Amino acid sequence: MENSRRSFLKLAGISAIGLGTKPVLDAFASSEAHGEKHGPEIFPNQEALTAKRWAMVIDTRKFESEADLDPIIEACNKIHNVPKFKEKRHEIDWIWVDEFKHVFTDLEHEFVDDRLKHLPFLVLCNHCENPACVRACPTKATFQREDGIVLMDFHRCIGCRFCMAACPYGSRSFNFRDPRPFIKEENKAFPTRMKGVVEKCNFCAERLAVGKMPACVEASNGAIVVGDLHDPDSEVRELLKNNYTIRRKTHLGAGPAIYYIV
Amino acid sequence: MLELAFKGGKKYWGLIIGLLVLMGIAFGFWLWQLSFGLGITGMSRDVSWGFYIAQFTFLVGVAAGGVMVVLPYYLHDYKAFGRITILGEFLAIAAVIMCLMFIIADLGQPMRAINVIFYPTPGSILFWDMIVLNGYLLLNIIVGWNVLEAERNNIKYPGWVKALAIFSIVWAPLIHTVTAYLYCGLPGRGFWLTAILAPRFLASAFAAGPALLILLSLIIRRVTKFDPGREQIQSLAKIVTYAIIINVFFFLCEVFVVFYSRIPSHMDHIKYLFVGLHGHSALVPWMWTSILFMVTSIILLVIPATRKNEAVLAFACVILFIGTWIDKGMGMISGGFVPNPLHHVVEYVPTIPELIITLGIWATGFFILTILFKIAVTVKEEVSGV
Repeated sequence: MENSRRSFLKLAGISAIGLGTKPVLDAFASSEAHGEKHGPEIFPNQEALTAKRWAMVIDTRKFESEADLDPIIEACNKIHNVPKFKEKRHEIDWIWVDEFKHVFTDLEHEFVDDRLKHLPFLVLCNHCENPACVRACPTKATFQREDGIVLMDFHRCIGCRFCMAACPYGSRSFNFRDPRPFIKEENKAFPTRMKGVVEKCNFCAERLAVGKMPACVEASNGAIVVGDLHDPDSEVRELLKNNYTIRRKTHLGAGPAIYYIV
Repeated sequence: MLELAFKGGKKYWGLIIGLLVLMGIAFGFWLWQLSFGLGITGMSRDVSWGFYIAQFTFLVGVAAGGVMVVLPYYLHDYKAFGRITILGEFLAIAAVIMCLMFIIADLGQPMRAINVIFYPTPGSILFWDMIVLNGYLLLNIIVGWNVLEAERNNIKYPGWVKALAIFSIVWAPLIHTVTAYLYCGLPGRGFWLTAILAPRFLASAFAAGPALLILLSLIIRRVTKFDPGREQIQSLAKIVTYAIIINVFFFLCEVFVVFYSRIPSHMDHIKYLFVGLHGHSALVPWMWTSILFMVTSIILLVIPATRKNEAVLAFACVILFIGTWIDKGMGMISGGFVPNPLHHVVEYVPTIPELIITLGIWATGFFILTILFKIAVTVKEEVSGV
């Protein structure tokens, strides 16, 4: 009796370990060997805007004050159901403004010219070439697409906030409470989030997929341009060729895809 | 052996009930956190990890520190520690369980925690931390339980248990190394971005863990018929002495590199912790208390006369434990987030609910520890026939 119970428990334990470790082992065992494809095939939308490597150029010369930037931020917040909290602690930001000395911490100096000193700069996720957040995420809830856009799966995120610690740009926010009551006017075309997950700018992947430019680009009167960094004839490449641009914290090697013309 | 936990005197049951009450209250607050979200804590967009992760980090050290009694016994055949290896292993079990609870308390979506296994990501250090922590827990449960059971039956533990014990000795430094790697591999956080972080974590672990063991041994001697032994306590004290000196030395190495190189992104955090930054200085008194406690404990531990006096030794261990707790449990995590990546100084102060939940998890750890130690001590009493 004792003996059979013990051997049953052993067997049950071994099976539990087996079931639990299978996905782990699968992760190590490369699955590229599978030749045939099964399941539904997904065709891309013919109108979708695509790029080998998305990048953004922000022409800060076209901005004078925060009033020029508010409509841009507002457009993003509205489309993406970004809540507005009273409590500073719970704040969620996808795109926001800060001063030169805070945005370009390593370029800042005492005698930086007056225009830059007082100009508000837009800050958002840099969609890094080498994203530290993606490296840190333990569930692949945040991931990088082949075209460079760094995205979040809000349904997979466990809310460990490792990505927030990893991001050198402070571009990520966490839902410290249910955001839904704090959304002014809900856009039904984009999901709202639940408490306990991380979110950030998604480069308007949902709009690119249906042939629309990102919301901030549309609201910027030509001050913000996105395009393919790998296409020498793209508008972003044209701008980069003809203007001096800076990026944030390049010494960290993350390879930010947001360029600023100053 | 579990039945031994159900036989105890008034004081034992008083302690058990007291801890259960604390756990119950904290559980209520945790349910509140579960329904409201982590917004009931003091954490923010800028300081996105707080008290929970800090306790987790500190307790990984306590868990790893338990190995300091196991190692001399199994690897150096230091027989005296044979009496107390079980205390080290059971302390490790309680500490690791607290670590896991703090992680769960810190998750925004705890019911999705299993996603770490469903979508395993070997590139993420958190994935490895899950493996080393759970592995260490399992090893200590198996080794501790079997060694104690063998002792109770007056037989030698089987060979495979010794093999696992030696394996757990290798495993112990790993848990704290991996935990340090959670922080020191992040590009934008100057405070953590240093190769000394893992060694520093280990040094403070090998000081705090055995210091707690000394205190627990002294308590056990006082309240039970089992005496962990004077020699054992003195040997542990020497281990603690070396470890705390190395810990402070590593910290000074960091201070030299940071302040001689004068790189602002590395300096600002230490400045914030020890002198305040842009008028924000919530942690300054705490950090200096920590330094004062650690240095005082070094003086008391280095001098043989004070170290050999058990009352003074107990005092030294208490302030050492508090000192290393402040250093890791308060400064290490907040310090890394202040100033934030945009060089704004946003301070973090834990809220009352956050503190109660924290206290509840500590109480759970002590609850587990009390039960495990009760079992171990009863077996020891039985065997020696007192």
